Amino acid sequence: MTAVLELRGVTKSYGDRQVLKGIDLTVNEHNAVALIGASGSGKSTLLRCIDLLEDIDDGDVLLDGEVITDPSVDPIKIRRRLGLVFQAFNLFPNMTIAENVALGPRRAHREPKDEALARAHELLERFGLEGRERDYPDRLSGGQQQRVAIVRALATNPRALLLDEVTSALDPELVGEVLAVIRDLKRDGMTMVIATHEMAFARDVADEVCFLHEGLIAERGSAEQILTDPQRPETQRFLRRILETQRL
Amino acid sequence: MIVTSPGWTSVRESFFSWYWFRHSFSDVLSAFWLDVKMFLILEAIVLVFALLVALCRNSRAPALFPLRLVATVYTDLFRGIPTILLIFLFGFGIPGLAIKGVPTDPLVLGGAALVLSYSAYVAEVYRAGIDSVHTAQTAAALAVGLTRGQAMRYVVVPQAVRRVVPPLLNDFISLQKDVALLSILGVIEALRQAEIDQGLNFNSTPLVAAALLYICVTVPLARVLDHMQARARRRQQAVMV
Repeated sequence: MTAVLELRGVTKSYGDRQVLKGIDLTVNEHNAVALIGASGSGKSTLLRCIDLLEDIDDGDVLLDGEVITDPSVDPIKIRRRLGLVFQAFNLFPNMTIAENVALGPRRAHREPKDEALARAHELLERFGLEGRERDYPDRLSGGQQQRVAIVRALATNPRALLLDEVTSALDPELVGEVLAVIRDLKRDGMTMVIATHEMAFARDVADEVCFLHEGLIAERGSAEQILTDPQRPETQRFLRRILETQRL
Repeated sequence: MIVTSPGWTSVRESFFSWYWFRHSFSDVLSAFWLDVKMFLILEAIVLVFALLVALCRNSRAPALFPLRLVATVYTDLFRGIPTILLIFLFGFGIPGLAIKGVPTDPLVLGGAALVLSYSAYVAEVYRAGIDSVHTAQTAAALAVGLTRGQAMRYVVVPQAVRRVVPPLLNDFISLQKDVALLSILGVIEALRQAEIDQGLNFNSTPLVAAALLYICVTVPLARVLDHMQARARRRQQAVMV
């Protein structure tokens, strides 16, 4: 098994508050790792640190064996090899759906316009968004917008996909269509790190579940084991709280 | 009140004389074309130059610190000096230096003063627009592999400009009127021509003719502005629903 992403003792503080207190994590090729934990436990920060949108204080992040958090590494080149999907979609409102998807390939990877747009159409069609290419994002439902955001992240053929609570901003009836897309990606062998509150979904797609608590991975294991037989009291407490609102 | 006031008859004769209006209108109108031309040229330069200043002020790279400093000092300084004073300084000060190769045409010098004065304001308008585009948009642009410069160019600036169109139009209207300040350098634009006619005929009606011409441009501009603001409001509400 090849490790695509590796984190070694990653720490990150905002001012006096240490958000990540030493994270070790390995994500193997074709695997999906789910990050669960309360809001503020550091899930989003961890994903942003992997995509180099935040500078880490200490430790290393490796992509395909290369230390990407080294100051000599150009973060732009690394981001071009990773995909990140945000909780709030963050589509570009000044561009059509097709232009949103084609922006990375065109500007970051210098693909010719026609080629990038043709591929954007192809990808949008594959994810059931055909016919919306010329629409602006505000014409789409939340679920559709998030699917476009996933397609946009895929357009640059990322080595791994980072998903930051991609269903948390959606109305409950729209969650399913987005999760279905991620299940498809998992089936196709995409390497993924998924921060999520959807426990049933985590059990479905994740090869490993990590429970983040106060900036540390308090417990990790197979989805089945963590979700049905957690060992640590913090994990048990967290899952009990989650279960009050969701059913496994 | 005005019409019944004791001085009305003489004011009407000296400001609102139909005879002198017709007599001077064509003079003032042809001079007014210079205002319109100057306005269009200056506004185009202001729009581009002010955006450059705003981008300098918003730059983050440490290497660009000198540029950031120059841009900050520039906006502070030129917003602090009255426009009319700048036009004096440029129009009479620069030719006084008698440096070879430096233009002495009052149109160029006065125009430069107006551009520098207005760009300082407009740069701040742009900057407010750029700041109002959420950092999440920049993060999303970086995440798809864009450089900071590309994120600005393709994602942030297009959204920022759209948001600041109403305040930009406001400065448009203001600049359109302030072109008349060039008259103090002897440029024969509408106000100056009106003053000349006024002096020749001992009648102030040409000034009213000039005012009318300014209104003919600024009022439609203001209506366009209202329309755009209403549209922006509707869009905002549509987003919030």
